[in-house]
Amino acid sequence: MTKPKVIIFSGYGLNCEEETAYAFNLASGKAEIVHINDLVAGRKKLKNYEILAVPGGFSYGDDTGSGKAYANKLKNHLKEELNGFVLKDKLIIGICNGFQILTQTGLLPGALAANKNARYLDRWVDLKITGESPWLKGIKSLSLPIAHGEGKYFADKNILAGLKKENSIALKYVKGEICDYQDLEANPNGAMEDIAGITGYGGRVFGLMPHPERGMFFHHSPDWPVEKEKLIRAGKQLPESGPGMQVFKNAIEYFS
Amino acid sequence: MPSRIYIQSAIPDARSGVKKDYFNSLGLRIRVKSVSLADCYVIDKELNGEQLKKAGQLLANPLTETAAEKLCAPENFHLAVEIGFLPGVTDNVGGTARETLDDGLKIKFAPAENVYSSRVFFIAFEKKPGAEDMEKIKMSLFNPLIERAAVKLSVDFKKDGGMDLVIPKVKLEAKAEVVEVNLELSDRELEALGKLGIENKDGTRRGPLSLSLDYLKAIKKYFDEQGRKPTDVELETLAQTWSEHCKHTIFADPMDELERGIYKTYIKGATEAIRKKKGKKDFCVSVFTDNSGAIAFDENYLITHKVETHNTPSALDPFGGSVTGIVGVNRDCLGFGLGAKPVINVYGFCLADPEDGTELFRDKEKKQKMLSARRIMEGVVAGINAGGNQSGIPTNLGFIYFDPRFRGKPLVFAGTVGIIPRQIKGRSSHIKKSKPGDLIVTAGGRIGADGIHGATFSSESLDTHSPATAVQIGDPITQKKMSDALVKEARDLGLYSSITDCGAGGLSSAVGEMAEATGGCIVNLEKAPLKYPGLAPWQIWISESQERMVLSVPEKNWPALRSLLENRGVEAAVIGKFTDSGKASVEFGEETVLDLEMDFLHNGRPIKSQTTKKPDDLVTQNLALTQWKKIEGARTQPLLKKDYSKDILNLISKLNICGFEFITRQYDHEVQAGSVLKPLAGRGRINAQATVTRPVLSSKKGVVLSSDLYPALSELDPYKMAATSIDGAIRAAVATGADIDNLALLDNFCWSSSDDPERLWQLKEAARACYDFATAYGAPFISGKDSMFNDFKGFSADGKPIKISIPPTLLISAIGVIPDAYRAISLDAKAAGDYIYVLGDTDGGMGGSEYLAMLGLGLDPGLAEKIGKVPGVDPNKNYQLYKLFYQAVQKNLIASAISISRGGLASALVKTLAGGGFGGDVSLKELPGNWKENYQALFSESNGRILATVDKKKAAEFEKAMVNTTCFRIGRVGKNSDIKISDKKNKIISRITAVGALKAYKNPLKDF
Repeated sequence: MTKPKVIIFSGYGLNCEEETAYAFNLASGKAEIVHINDLVAGRKKLKNYEILAVPGGFSYGDDTGSGKAYANKLKNHLKEELNGFVLKDKLIIGICNGFQILTQTGLLPGALAANKNARYLDRWVDLKITGESPWLKGIKSLSLPIAHGEGKYFADKNILAGLKKENSIALKYVKGEICDYQDLEANPNGAMEDIAGITGYGGRVFGLMPHPERGMFFHHSPDWPVEKEKLIRAGKQLPESGPGMQVFKNAIEYFS
Repeated sequence: MPSRIYIQSAIPDARSGVKKDYFNSLGLRIRVKSVSLADCYVIDKELNGEQLKKAGQLLANPLTETAAEKLCAPENFHLAVEIGFLPGVTDNVGGTARETLDDGLKIKFAPAENVYSSRVFFIAFEKKPGAEDMEKIKMSLFNPLIERAAVKLSVDFKKDGGMDLVIPKVKLEAKAEVVEVNLELSDRELEALGKLGIENKDGTRRGPLSLSLDYLKAIKKYFDEQGRKPTDVELETLAQTWSEHCKHTIFADPMDELERGIYKTYIKGATEAIRKKKGKKDFCVSVFTDNSGAIAFDENYLITHKVETHNTPSALDPFGGSVTGIVGVNRDCLGFGLGAKPVINVYGFCLADPEDGTELFRDKEKKQKMLSARRIMEGVVAGINAGGNQSGIPTNLGFIYFDPRFRGKPLVFAGTVGIIPRQIKGRSSHIKKSKPGDLIVTAGGRIGADGIHGATFSSESLDTHSPATAVQIGDPITQKKMSDALVKEARDLGLYSSITDCGAGGLSSAVGEMAEATGGCIVNLEKAPLKYPGLAPWQIWISESQERMVLSVPEKNWPALRSLLENRGVEAAVIGKFTDSGKASVEFGEETVLDLEMDFLHNGRPIKSQTTKKPDDLVTQNLALTQWKKIEGARTQPLLKKDYSKDILNLISKLNICGFEFITRQYDHEVQAGSVLKPLAGRGRINAQATVTRPVLSSKKGVVLSSDLYPALSELDPYKMAATSIDGAIRAAVATGADIDNLALLDNFCWSSSDDPERLWQLKEAARACYDFATAYGAPFISGKDSMFNDFKGFSADGKPIKISIPPTLLISAIGVIPDAYRAISLDAKAAGDYIYVLGDTDGGMGGSEYLAMLGLGLDPGLAEKIGKVPGVDPNKNYQLYKLFYQAVQKNLIASAISISRGGLASALVKTLAGGGFGGDVSLKELPGNWKENYQALFSESNGRILATVDKKKAAEFEKAMVNTTCFRIGRVGKNSDIKISDKKNKIISRITAVGALKAYKNPLKDF
């Protein structure tokens, strides 16, 4: 079987491309990090890939609004290529800044506004899977970290109704294992209806604020030292993977 | 015609509510009812109506924002305040907007055309506010050194139809000329030249050269021999190159009997001795010679570390100082060898209590007010947030330390760990060498007047003459683009032969240092990319504008490098060539503006003999300005109590012990996906003393980082202060699972009044301890930095001259590699029923402890004498303990561990138990050590101790593993929340709950 080819965008302050590529490779994909300017100049072609990942980061320093400047660049130069990509049976994921970029380009509806306390926040959240998507196959709940300043999901009435109708609200913040462990509130940023991620195009385009690649190893979770101690005492092996890994595996398996 | 576009939120804006709360925390007479804000872009370029409309669409999110050419004010407000930058200050938002319009409208901005950002706040009070309230709000919104504020009452706003148009364009008189400087001056005039700088034609001065009389005389002699006068460029260059900041003269020059100086004798000397002793086990690869130090990571990679300070800029512009501190030290990583990739950031702040209301002024007339302690704290915290988060480097380990003596000058530490393959294109990556004929290439940001005299002014104390241009705002994204293009692409293509960062001293230092390798250079400053026209050659040459690296590029590689950088949106220019002429030559167009022999430039500095003097009574002298004044009243505080519950809760609420989650949480510490032990540990979210990271995702190896400092001991015993800092940093790493045989250290000396022989004596003592303890532990220093004049000289609120000197501070950072990151140990207790152990002896010495400080007895030497001195460090005993502890960790015998440090056993116990969400039963009976009273056992901060919890089934094996060390069981982890401590007579002396303790721990800084 040939491995599905994954293109991971980089440049202008995106910064999670290496670990995102690592996660896709670990899931048996073939990931390639491509600078946006190489696509703009035509040195690389989007159509040669099966999966597109817009990773997390701080494109343009969030200046003028998170994701806005990078999205403008995509719209100005790669609109047709992106439209062509999304209409085929291919997958797109936008993580954190990537999600912000996808909403700013219009590939996903809604917007991400400043967190309720108007400050950057790094913590773990618990998520309930509420929609259908190839990315989330077989997953019921997840715990992953967030790290953002503008992650409060906003949609107007029409958009929200549309999302619900299409079953496209993919992830919601809930009180689960990690919130209980570290005594944290469920919704970290004031997102509307606790929305952490949504999908479009029948679930093939997936945008989420939490970082699945930062939950790909067992040692990523804040409570792993406790779990480790339990496993050692029970005479068991430590697992390698963390909860986020399944997202990447799902994407690769979609093409097998 | 310039135009304006206003972007306003169309949905409830969280930023407004947060601002409102902030204003209401300023102590206003009339409360603020509501705040709304607008982002403004001034487009200084002719655009037609169509283009303006499109520009609005590009700059606003259609769902959540509106764009308009007219500012839409809310119906009711009292005050409108617009905050923008002063001309020439880096405006990142404006820059991005310009790039967006350039690309989206397909228009080209001419060099003189630009986009400027500002923000308008509309503020409605509950009723009509007074002038004082409005002033408070205005002052809380801006820093006059870098920003401008325009204020309008609502009636004026309505009358004028909005805010006035301001175009903060830099206007320099185009006088790009070079002047000769006359050194035929009296000693007094020469001294003035050194202190205040070269005189301009209008009689004003350019700002400090920090050249002392003997330096100026040596320069005069050199030019007399040359038969000419120096140019201003030459004099400024010598000032940069010979500055304390760049040459570390105090560490380098002889001191008392130490002819080689304290750096070579004690710091480098320690490393040399350790490496020799380690022989084949030596893990150092590149020490002291490069921008960072490097040790082995594995057979394929090196790991680098460097910690810097950015103190003086942070006192003036806390945000800018701190952001440039972190992105600046990132460049020390990029500038290591052929360029290491930054993988971890660390930080530390030494500050005054944010509630400290002391007002300070730089001038007698009280026109130049220093920022409040709170503003400084908020600014430095936000700076690392911006710099670290935007750069995509996890900022994980950090600390915050408070003392009133940091009110005049805060300390801002910023460090970066990097990773680099050992071999790149068949070359050893840590060796770099520019060759004669190589092109001198600058990459990254452009040059402006910002950051002029940063190096020389850091070499002086902060006073009226400190130049405002010495601070810069960072532009992390410009650096990120450059960093990615260099260390992720150009480096591995072998396109350059050497690289260094352009930091203090700007091009003069960077090019000057690289030219040492070839023996000369020729530069033409007209080729350097400028932010705006009109800069004089000396300004271009020494400007510390940020985000720049200097590369040495073989001519044949330049086309490839140029095209790569262009494709990545990185600006680069050839400004000259490296030569072997023995001369540094700089031209500006046709004119030669600098022509110095390399030997004189780098070795012409007169060596000074320094003399130290043991102080008679430094403590009382240096305490006059601090809260320690309360000592007299506090003497009567009883130390012997029946119940210490309250004291324990109060102690863990002290600023130097309590949690600072508000900082940790706003720094991305998980990017790059290597985080193993995070900065917040356990159920209780306790700020950890050490972190573990996997910088190479395909390797199980982990990097342990820790740090420690003990300014509270400096005036009592600087030797023990340094010893304690070293043991503290090492112990914190060991408790987390580091191997004592695989730890390297970094030193950051931050001193005050370093021309005072008594301060120098303290320095020498601290450096001597560095040698003694580093060699005893076998932990080599690999890199360091010093900052010697952390004094504030200004005026108090009543107009009296005042000097505030920081307590001498030595930050020790430790870095170590562990073979299996999964073996790392977190500090939180893991299971009820586990045994609790204290490893190491408890010394009853209370000198400098947080407990005494809490009672107001902190620095009372007489009292310290009575109730026990400053505890010492026994490195041989500790080494044995740490070694065996590491072996126990490898056998999975330890469930949790924490170094016993500030707040003593009580504090460590609370963090362990509350951190895990448990209670516990503990007895001090027979706790080993020379302590006598309960308060000593509870609160002594004596060194060499670790608190660990162990599965009781493994207790026997653990105790056996720790044979011949002090390993004493003091109790067990409890199921419920009660934490009980009993004394040697089995009396309960403290009964608190984990829940209550956690609340106390988090309370003090929870609202920031």
